[in-house]
Amino acid sequence: MNYHWNWQFFLQQTDDGLRYYEWILSGLGWTTLVSLGALALALVVGSALGVMRTTERRALVLIGDSYVDLFRNIPLIVQLFLWFFVVPELLPEVLGMWVKQQLPYVATAIVGLGLYTAARIAEQVKSGIQSLSRGQRNAGLALGFTEWQTYRFVRLPMAYRIVLPALTSEAMNVFKNSSVTYAVGMLELYFQYKQIIEKTSQVLEITLVVTLLYVVLAFTMNRLLGWVERRTRVPGLIAAGQGGH
Amino acid sequence: MGDFDFSVIAENWAFLAEGLRYTVQVTLVAMTGGIVLGTALALMRLSSNRLLRRFAAAYINIFRSVPLVQVILAFYLILPLVLRLVTGQMIPVGADTSAYLTFMVFEAAYYAEIMRSGIQSVPRGQVGAGYALGFTYAQSMRYVVLPQAFRNMLPVLLTQTIVLFQDVSLVYAIGATDFFGAADKITQRDLRPVEMYTTVAVVYFLICFALSRLVKRLQTRIAIIR
Amino acid sequence: MIEINNVSKWYDDFRVLTECTTRVAAGEVVVVCGPSGSGKSTLIKCVNALEPFNEGSITVDGTSVGARGTSLPKLRARVGMVFQHFELFPHMSITDNLAIAQIKVLGRGRDEARQKGLALLDRVGLKAHADKFPGQLSGGQQQRVAIARALAMDPICMLFDEPTSALDPEMINEVLDVMVELAQEGMTMMCVTHEMGFARKVASRVIFMDHGHIVEDDDKDAFFGNPHSERARQFLDKILQH
Repeated sequence: MNYHWNWQFFLQQTDDGLRYYEWILSGLGWTTLVSLGALALALVVGSALGVMRTTERRALVLIGDSYVDLFRNIPLIVQLFLWFFVVPELLPEVLGMWVKQQLPYVATAIVGLGLYTAARIAEQVKSGIQSLSRGQRNAGLALGFTEWQTYRFVRLPMAYRIVLPALTSEAMNVFKNSSVTYAVGMLELYFQYKQIIEKTSQVLEITLVVTLLYVVLAFTMNRLLGWVERRTRVPGLIAAGQGGH
Repeated sequence: MGDFDFSVIAENWAFLAEGLRYTVQVTLVAMTGGIVLGTALALMRLSSNRLLRRFAAAYINIFRSVPLVQVILAFYLILPLVLRLVTGQMIPVGADTSAYLTFMVFEAAYYAEIMRSGIQSVPRGQVGAGYALGFTYAQSMRYVVLPQAFRNMLPVLLTQTIVLFQDVSLVYAIGATDFFGAADKITQRDLRPVEMYTTVAVVYFLICFALSRLVKRLQTRIAIIR
Repeated sequence: MIEINNVSKWYDDFRVLTECTTRVAAGEVVVVCGPSGSGKSTLIKCVNALEPFNEGSITVDGTSVGARGTSLPKLRARVGMVFQHFELFPHMSITDNLAIAQIKVLGRGRDEARQKGLALLDRVGLKAHADKFPGQLSGGQQQRVAIARALAMDPICMLFDEPTSALDPEMINEVLDVMVELAQEGMTMMCVTHEMGFARKVASRVIFMDHGHIVEDDDKDAFFGNPHSERARQFLDKILQH
């Protein structure tokens, strides 16, 4: 194969004075920021939606279900383009201008990726709550808890434990999906990958390095949540499942 | 806030439809190839041969932890290098063509995991029953286990295909003209992002929503049969 | 203490309860029995509004359960309930199970709630298990903790919904002993149970239900001595044979 391997180019200087490996590190930083920001937003919004979908209020269930249907059936890249190029036009003029000119890109990217991910989290949270026996809710109510308190103290703590493995894989997905935000101008890891290929043509080296970095990110997230899983494991419950039996 | 002008959609409908046709085509090809390749990987992953098992596990884990956009671009660039290595000639591969292969190879990792859990959901006694009838391993897989695994997993396979259909939009990364790419190219020219992207979102939503409802119905039907 | 007047409940055209009327006076122990599907569990869950009903009225200590202005959390906090499947909160230690509602519902301080919980745990003979989790206890132990958890709220009356029917036979007595003791101390109790030994020992009255109707509502002695309905007689025969 007459491909010219060259591992040293990572140390070479780029046009903007940084070295290529510094581009990669900066991309890694943005990827982490966007992903963690989106994940935090998704956990909050997704949990709220998941809870809404398990209540007995028809309106809340409808809102939750519609949200999930809407955000799961439009590709992420299209959603991001909507947030960047369509929503600001539909807002009142002053607000739209502010979004376009003042709001940092990264905020919009986090909102876009976060709200997309929230639909998936909502599915998990809902299935976690529904896997609990109805008796758990009744026991909470019988002690005088309000409906909300049964979620806060009884149902959500168990539901999260039950769906933690699924949440772990969603958290790993966020890191992968964050690469799509390059299309709306985020200078994250994939953007740097693309840019370095254009500048250097060293496709194989950079592909190996960036692939490895994504694997490391996914692995780190996996370990981190594995640690959370061990920390929150309930003594005496072999497979988390039916509460209290 | 600009006035809506949906004539831009009407004027460019043929171009958009062509993009949509491409998206559907990639989806169907990648689904078929991905399920075949994925089933092979699943069998390898469950086989008693350690080498095959390791290979399948590595394949599946790597593709599942790397972003699709990156794979799309990497394949697009590396494929010509590989072809040159094999044939000794420069064979140009267009973005539109390379996407077929990329999606097939990439989605196979996801289909493989689905097929694996499908195969594992078939009771062990079924294989035993196959052997008892004089089937070889391959025959009991072919006639007994895989048909059941496939049927049990059909809704999940189809759900994954809806995801794949949406993921084709990521060929944006290499400038191929899928449905979204077509819309984006028109937007670059006519500067009507609101109408264009909204239309794309609505069409995607209608198709995927309808399909996912069908899958849900299928799921309840299968649950009843079982 | 508990007054149930003409309570009916139905889904579409399926009747679950039909014009049930009875009362439990302060200090009384009323046992509710009947074949499965007779509506006895539904009736007892109506008392603290875990199940809604369509017609009639229920009052607990003068508070109307079905009325619009009634704060259900407040009402439920005063009515203890013990469930068939214990329903301890699996992610909390026994101590926390006993304390959480005292703190969050009654507004008691953490220390006070713990002390109270431990005292009750001692009373049901499980003090040594305070730091364990529900999954580490046997069914009988869990149910005793569940009784202690309900008592920690200082309830004015207690509801028992088949408290022993999910237990292995050898664990039934440890739970019944706690219940008997409670009855003898004068707690107002409404118990859905098939434990006729328990009924004979401490019940003031026995209610027999069938197909959503209260068929029999008698003195304990009258019920066991000479039930006037054929169905109750058959039921007793079946249950007491073994």
